[in-house]
Amino acid sequence: MRHIISILLENEAGALSRVAGLFSARGYNIQSLTVAPTEDPSLSRMTLVTAGSDDIIEQITKQLNKLVDVVKLVDLTEGPHIEREMMLVKVNAAGEARNELKRLTDIFRGRIIDVTATTYVIELTGTGDKLDAFIEAVGTGVIMEAVRSGVSGIARGEKSLHL
Amino acid sequence: MELTGADIVVRCLKDEGVEYVFGYPGGAVLHIYDALYRQEDVKHILVRHEQGATHAADGYARSTGRPGVVLVTSGPGATNAVTGIATAYMDSIPMVVLTGQVPTALIGNDAFQEVDNVGITRPCVKHNFLVKDVKDLAETIKKAFYIAASGRPGPVLVDIPKDVTANKAEYHYPESVSIRSYNPVGKGHPGQIKKAVDLILSAKRPMIYTGGGVVLGNAAELLTEMTRLLGYPITNTLMGLGGYPATDKQFLGMLGMHGTYEANMAMHHCDVLIAIGARFDDRVTGNIEKFCPTAEIVHVDIDPASISKNVKVDVPIVGAVDSVLADMIRLLRAVERKPDKDALAAWWQQIAEWRSIDCLKFDGTSDVIKPQFVVQKLYEVTGGDAYVTSDVGQHQMWAAQYYKFDKPRRWINSGGLGTMGFGLPAAMGVQIAHPGATVACVTGEGSIQMCIQELSTCLQYKLPVKIVNLNNRYLGMVRQWQEFFYQGRYAMSYMDSLPDFVKLAEAYGHVGMLIDKPGDVEGALKEAMALKDRLVFLDFITDQNENVYPMIPAGAGLNEMILV
Repeated sequence: MRHIISILLENEAGALSRVAGLFSARGYNIQSLTVAPTEDPSLSRMTLVTAGSDDIIEQITKQLNKLVDVVKLVDLTEGPHIEREMMLVKVNAAGEARNELKRLTDIFRGRIIDVTATTYVIELTGTGDKLDAFIEAVGTGVIMEAVRSGVSGIARGEKSLHL
Repeated sequence: MELTGADIVVRCLKDEGVEYVFGYPGGAVLHIYDALYRQEDVKHILVRHEQGATHAADGYARSTGRPGVVLVTSGPGATNAVTGIATAYMDSIPMVVLTGQVPTALIGNDAFQEVDNVGITRPCVKHNFLVKDVKDLAETIKKAFYIAASGRPGPVLVDIPKDVTANKAEYHYPESVSIRSYNPVGKGHPGQIKKAVDLILSAKRPMIYTGGGVVLGNAAELLTEMTRLLGYPITNTLMGLGGYPATDKQFLGMLGMHGTYEANMAMHHCDVLIAIGARFDDRVTGNIEKFCPTAEIVHVDIDPASISKNVKVDVPIVGAVDSVLADMIRLLRAVERKPDKDALAAWWQQIAEWRSIDCLKFDGTSDVIKPQFVVQKLYEVTGGDAYVTSDVGQHQMWAAQYYKFDKPRRWINSGGLGTMGFGLPAAMGVQIAHPGATVACVTGEGSIQMCIQELSTCLQYKLPVKIVNLNNRYLGMVRQWQEFFYQGRYAMSYMDSLPDFVKLAEAYGHVGMLIDKPGDVEGALKEAMALKDRLVFLDFITDQNENVYPMIPAGAGLNEMILV
């Protein structure tokens, strides 16, 4: 099963590689990983998407907790949560396709944030499924490149991950 | 007062109470060596290879419980130390490794003797640091000692660039440190302990299985008290030997791949398994699908990640082993319920039957020296009171099987990583920590050659280690597997062109003895032990074809042993 693990870790050189190294050394899979400092500059927040049986996820969270740089973590998929991913897509927008791409972008509540005579850059935010659906709708033929941020997530309601 | 980084390093060691540093100098650590030279509190032991430094510090740590300290230079100094760091990591040994690094301005520049020490050691340390500012140096070293020795212990590396050792800062060594992201556990959960005690007392066929955690956690006395209180049978892992007196009647011997018949059978048939400070390693469990099929399992461990990693347990208790055992004993004494006497008597009777097979018997009439006989005689001659280090292979298993350890921290071996070359340098560390004690290194002609250069260190510091070389001219354990599983195709397991170990020992300034008759074994050992101030290299020419029995082949269950 897919899990989204949110981690507060010391904002120190090497902290990211400790997490990434743990996953490769123990053969766990990483589907996506994002990391950036939080409102407290001494802390980074990492969101890591992984998959595995309950036993493996239990080991992953225990092993992560053992890392000295990991301050706290939560498996967001254990409760109600929101996940978002951002994507920038550069598409070939010459000729007839140009209007259709604009319509599709509106339907998916995306925005066109860069325009040339022959290209658009489209910004789109949503769950991974929604981004996948958009890619399928526009078709890989017109996509020149696509970049996805990886998943960020947060628990719904009062629950929060903080010190 | 302002001190240079180098002086700060040495002051930190002194203020931490460090007696000995095991190391080897080089360019990046010259300032630190100069600071060591200008004082007398912290003594430096010069090894002959950095691997030896880490193993020696490791032996020091295992035999004393205090962190071993290593100092090596950048680049090859650090990479040579990696094997010893990984060895300590696998067996959870507290160690602080100080490595030199190229100056901060050159880091990442492919400078001379530069290697990413923090990167290379990341997977085999409990934690590591790169100190970029001399102002952080003292606190970082304090943190390193704190992390290394607390919780589940392990090696911590501090990488110190050369310019940091030259720069100056105000010296202040913190009394203590707290790290918000690191909070080792202490007491076990009272509710879980209660549950565990209920289950333990309900057992009809109980079994206690304990590991290195009991030794590391200084909990041997409490374990003995609880085991005697219950009257249950107990087995120790390879790492746990000495955690319970081996000569006690409740002790069934070591378990696992080369464990005793009675220990493995009792494991397989028990209904309640009490695992303490052990981690269900594959060498212990055999085939995990067939492991303890009828047992409910209590597992006490300081590391939550060790619990239910390999084997699902019923009552997990996360906590320091000594604290949990003390709580359990208190509860066991307080409750009315007592162990089921009748069931226990029947269980002991069953165990007596298994014991009667006498699985460790060997041919005592042979006219070639049996390796088991040497270890048995070593046990007798040293009165069971020596510190015994070993390397890795058949000799290691024989030492574990035939030397009966009644005390913790006496059996020093690389169980997790299985590092050949460990025995001799580890024995140096033990001997330095216990100058008057008998320290024997049980080894083989393969392993001893992996760190043989340390014979020179032993001469320099007058370390009277007794090397018991079980010389069978084979990489014995490899040969044994080739005999069993590769139809006797002995690929590269024969040690051709061996040195004359007697002359070699003498060349290094020590005493060498060659023993090739069973009748001479005891006399030679006595003679060697009588040479109190000399290192003696005893080269025993042993039976080439002897195998370690019993043996559980890979993939088999604990009840599927090869007995002879």
